[in-house]
Amino acid sequence: MKIMVAIKRVVDYAVKIRVKPDKTGVVTQNVKMSMNPFCEIALEEALRIREAGLASEVVAVSMGSSHSVDTLRTGLAMGADRGIHVEYSASLYPLSVAKILRKLIEIEKPGLLILGKQAIDDDCNQTGQMIAGLLNWPQATFASKVVLDKEKQVATVDREVDDGIETVCLNLPAVITTDLRLNQPRYATLPNIMKAKSKPIKKFTPEELNVEIKSDLEIVQVTEPPKRKAGVIVSSVDELFDKLKHEANVI
Amino acid sequence: GSTLVVVEHEGGVIKPPSLSALAAATCLPDPDSSVSVLLAGSGSSLHQAASHAASCHPSISKVLVADSDKLKNPLAEPWAKLVHLVQQSGGYSHIIAAANSFGKNVMPRVAALLDVSPITDVTGISDSNTFVRPIYAGNALCTVRYTGANPCILTIRSTSFPVPQKSVDSKSNEASISQVDLSTFDEDLSKSRYISQTSQDNERPDLGNARVVVTGGRALKSAENFKLIEEIAKRLGGAVGATRAAVDAGFVPNDLQVGQTGKIVAPELYMAFGVSGAIQHLAGMRDSKVIVAVNNDADAPIFQIADYGLVGDLFEVIPKLLEKLPEKK
Repeated sequence: MKIMVAIKRVVDYAVKIRVKPDKTGVVTQNVKMSMNPFCEIALEEALRIREAGLASEVVAVSMGSSHSVDTLRTGLAMGADRGIHVEYSASLYPLSVAKILRKLIEIEKPGLLILGKQAIDDDCNQTGQMIAGLLNWPQATFASKVVLDKEKQVATVDREVDDGIETVCLNLPAVITTDLRLNQPRYATLPNIMKAKSKPIKKFTPEELNVEIKSDLEIVQVTEPPKRKAGVIVSSVDELFDKLKHEANVI
Repeated sequence: GSTLVVVEHEGGVIKPPSLSALAAATCLPDPDSSVSVLLAGSGSSLHQAASHAASCHPSISKVLVADSDKLKNPLAEPWAKLVHLVQQSGGYSHIIAAANSFGKNVMPRVAALLDVSPITDVTGISDSNTFVRPIYAGNALCTVRYTGANPCILTIRSTSFPVPQKSVDSKSNEASISQVDLSTFDEDLSKSRYISQTSQDNERPDLGNARVVVTGGRALKSAENFKLIEEIAKRLGGAVGATRAAVDAGFVPNDLQVGQTGKIVAPELYMAFGVSGAIQHLAGMRDSKVIVAVNNDADAPIFQIADYGLVGDLFEVIPKLLEKLPEKK
């Protein structure tokens, strides 16, 4: 069985976000970019499944400008066997990403597609559910544990839901999206980074895949969130209690 | 336009996040708008919940009930099929659900079946096609316009759409209740099966709706010490929350996590003990009315958004605070 993992290049989680003065977006020039943390978890899970002998190959897919190739190389250095880059320089919304993935899945025929549950830039949390819908595959979002049964061709998945953990069992092929506690992603070692340079990355464009990128969303503006007014530092529990009781009137 | 609100119910009543979705539906500025409510499942609690839905807001004109064993669990596959089916006969301009683990799981799948882009985590409605939503963990707000075909699919952040107090005359304009025709609902359930759900039996109020939230971070050091947080919450009649670090360290279960990928809360009082204030945590609580932070590190980022900060050792501060808070009977 082959596993496909979709990965996204985003502003690094540790970067302080600055909104552009013209309100068209956030500053991404000269800002550190990394693989989306949830995508790292997705790739790590695929690698562990392959290492457990339950999958034969891990294919990493990324979409976007030519810079996405750097992110794919990171994925290859972590251990993915090969990469696919779909080059597109304008913004791609999850519906288009899902349509491109559908085409790649028709070509590659993986038994499992793993994605991060959301990207930390647009926080959409949509792509996995959408590709599952387009393919009519079963889905398990927000996974915190994945157990594959090769014989029965099923995946049993624990999902982090609002009031605890839900367990579902899916027939393969299926889509899984990863939550934080699924695993701890590995770091790419130097020898593996060197090895990754010779791993193949296949290139496509949306036109070559016959996917029409239509957009039904328009960004009107991006602004800074309202600032909270400065608070006070109190010196004792007595003062804190007094302020909460008589100034804020909350206790 | 006409709006369909997809709701969850439990124990014969509509769940609070879904009530917020209903509140959001009534914010859509359309003079001719009508609101329909869709609920599903089976058994007597479904029908109780339908009556609750029919009388819970004066602008609801119709309640649609899908009575099927296939819909008794919150699986995305049959639910997405159901909403798709209801949209085909109803032709709604908007479909709204809460941006909780149910709505986020189901609604993008519905959108894919309908070939439209959904909009996640809406916190503000500017007009019937223009919405505000946080991006980058709430470090920026994005105003987005939907320009596609009907329906416009939204999940809304519950804390941004408070549920109005029930009006006295709500009984007088009770909505009609009708059954969804499921004769063409041929969803094959064999591909995905619901196994179980384990939830923490918590006596405290629900984290998402509590008036007071008391949160502990990794500085609590152990599950045993975390009981101090529970004790404060108990005396204030509040809910217990935790940072990602505290959950990862195993002090408390995952459903107590407050943050970008956990619960989003906006209580009247948020008290953070030993919480440093990582970006992803602030994303989950920055809209709280009054924020209190207690931390021994005066440089902790949490102090930048706290209304009241106290620099000190938790294990000295908490016992003193407990002395001042009366025990509830």
